[in-house]
Amino acid sequence: MRFIDEFRDAGLARKLAHRIAAVSTKQARLMEFCGGHTVAIMKNGIRQLLPPTVQMLSGPGCPVCVTANSDIDKVLALARLPDVTITTFGDMLKVPGSYSSLQRARADGCDIRIVYSTQDALQIARENPAKSVVFIGIGFETTAPTVAAAVMQADAEKIKNFYILCLLKLTPPAMKALLDLGEVKLDGIICPGHVSAIIGTHPYQSYARDYRVACVVSGFEPVDILQAVEMLVQQIEAGKPDVEIAYTRGVKPEGNIKALEMMQKAFDIRGATWRGIGTIPSSGYRLKQKYSRFDAETAFVIDPGPVREHQGCCCGEVLRGVKTPADCKLFAKVCVPENPVGPCMVSSEGSCAAYYQYGDFHER
Amino acid sequence: MPPIISTEIFMNDKILLAHGSGSKLSHDLLEKILVPPINNSILARMDDAAVFELSGKLAFTTDSYVVSPIFFPGGDIGRLAVCGTVNDLSMSGAEPLYLSLALIIEEGLELEELRRIIESVKNTCAEAGVQIITGDTKVVNHGKADKLFINTAGIGVIRKGLDISGANAKVGDKIILSGSIGEHGIAVMSQREGLQFSVPVQSDCAPLNRLVSDMLGASRKINCLRDPTRGGLAATLNEFARQSNAGISIEEEKIPLHDGVRGACELLGLDPLYIANEGKLVAIVSPADTEEILAAMRKNKYAGGAVVIGEVTAEHRGRVVMKTRIGASRIVDMPTGEILPRIC
Repeated sequence: MRFIDEFRDAGLARKLAHRIAAVSTKQARLMEFCGGHTVAIMKNGIRQLLPPTVQMLSGPGCPVCVTANSDIDKVLALARLPDVTITTFGDMLKVPGSYSSLQRARADGCDIRIVYSTQDALQIARENPAKSVVFIGIGFETTAPTVAAAVMQADAEKIKNFYILCLLKLTPPAMKALLDLGEVKLDGIICPGHVSAIIGTHPYQSYARDYRVACVVSGFEPVDILQAVEMLVQQIEAGKPDVEIAYTRGVKPEGNIKALEMMQKAFDIRGATWRGIGTIPSSGYRLKQKYSRFDAETAFVIDPGPVREHQGCCCGEVLRGVKTPADCKLFAKVCVPENPVGPCMVSSEGSCAAYYQYGDFHER
Repeated sequence: MPPIISTEIFMNDKILLAHGSGSKLSHDLLEKILVPPINNSILARMDDAAVFELSGKLAFTTDSYVVSPIFFPGGDIGRLAVCGTVNDLSMSGAEPLYLSLALIIEEGLELEELRRIIESVKNTCAEAGVQIITGDTKVVNHGKADKLFINTAGIGVIRKGLDISGANAKVGDKIILSGSIGEHGIAVMSQREGLQFSVPVQSDCAPLNRLVSDMLGASRKINCLRDPTRGGLAATLNEFARQSNAGISIEEEKIPLHDGVRGACELLGLDPLYIANEGKLVAIVSPADTEEILAAMRKNKYAGGAVVIGEVTAEHRGRVVMKTRIGASRIVDMPTGEILPRIC
């Protein structure tokens, strides 16, 4: 299959691994921000090909995982309202909130439907005018343009029963928050591939300049990731942190101008609560005043009740890269995919789920 | 009297609650729609139970089918209900002979759809060489079922001297997969969710009893046999590893994949190892006879792409470990819960 096979080529992967081992002399602590990268790294066993000088840490780049319990409780409270249909991406279904999950709420009789795009949610609203159809807007800059498009379309079509619970988050402020926290000393960041396709590389410039952290945007195949690691290691060896793109077939430095324009039209920036990190200023989106009638938080009285955190769960530390999943006492013992304690074990892109599902068997 | 009722059945092109009431309408449904296509001398007696003679060691299995939609690319719930039970019997080394067929129909099902399903049951039974010898029909209120649920049970005779079990894998044995994986799951999912892929995927739904006969004709040294249905190849291999307390090593590169399945899995963030098959089998066989078994399989139309994907080892007992394309290794674990597409 074109654009896949060439980036999974075993010979090329090995060659890159040899080159990394030959070049790397300094300690290189690299964080892959994106959950998609974590999965690809684990699934392909990439860490096994890297020299001991190169250490890979997983970051907070799984939108489901960083969704705060209080926000999941909001979703559940919405689901329990009469005549409300919740539409959501499938990943959200199993995530535990303080007391329940959407999966359980569905079993209790709430109308919760999995959709593949915001367009599906809009279609459900068109077909069910007597229902209030709420789309759970979870995601990063990759999802935001599709939410913007749906709201604009609903506005143009004068659809009156479509709402967004806007929990969208922005990547660069979270990366900056991690660097400011200083809990993990990072030498390089594998910058997200799909997010960067939207926002470009401009937001990363200050990390290289002010924090002296090497930044390379990577694709999601083994060869992509190894190439990004090689570029990071070379920057680190040279002592010249910079921002580069390894994923040139997907990412342009300026990003996707059209998507950025749509986001600007639809959203205002606001603070957002990230699981494990807390409230980060200017790290989330809310719908602009012009579209406020589509905002579920304005349209409904939502009473999620008191928030409860899960005892002993290290998702927060895992999301900050302070702990690896194996450092958590619950990992693979109490917390397993069929009985997840925290969201990192639930989402297909969660670090704990990826380590559990694809981990090296010696680590289990 | 009867003519009036049969007029009603044809005037109404949908299943009514009355069709399940035990009334003349029920009988009409049986006699006009359900029985004729699949009739045989045992079923035709229409007594409370099918009466027949069998001797030897028997295998008996049951399974319920609730697939939605009931028609999907490459098959339908009728074909699936026959294949599933035929395959379960076949995987225990039995020759499937007789099946039961129980229908739970949601009121409002189009009669024409029911006809097509029964036609498909008939064709699949003929292909597998099995007979439906007893059955049941119930109709439930609208919304209490999803169009049509089917249960089939099946009985078969175990071939003499065979001992096939998931607990029989021995260190050094080879693991054979009969063909490309994930087609049934992706075909159903794409139909259900209205996803259209440029390379369409058909369900692999097929009766595998003749394939198993061909394999046993080549060699009796088949230790484990299973069809990787729900949970996919990953679940089946993990079951073997646990039951036999043996390590299973497979190579990612060796596992055949249809382009459409690959594409769909890439797009949806799914792992084909966990996707359901309905016409594939995994066999763990003695290394000495592997080539003979493979050659016999490749002559069968349902296993042209049969390959060795790995072997049984003394290491990592109870676990399945896969060598990835780039030469690293990783655990292949049991699947957990519902398989959901990813968020971004």
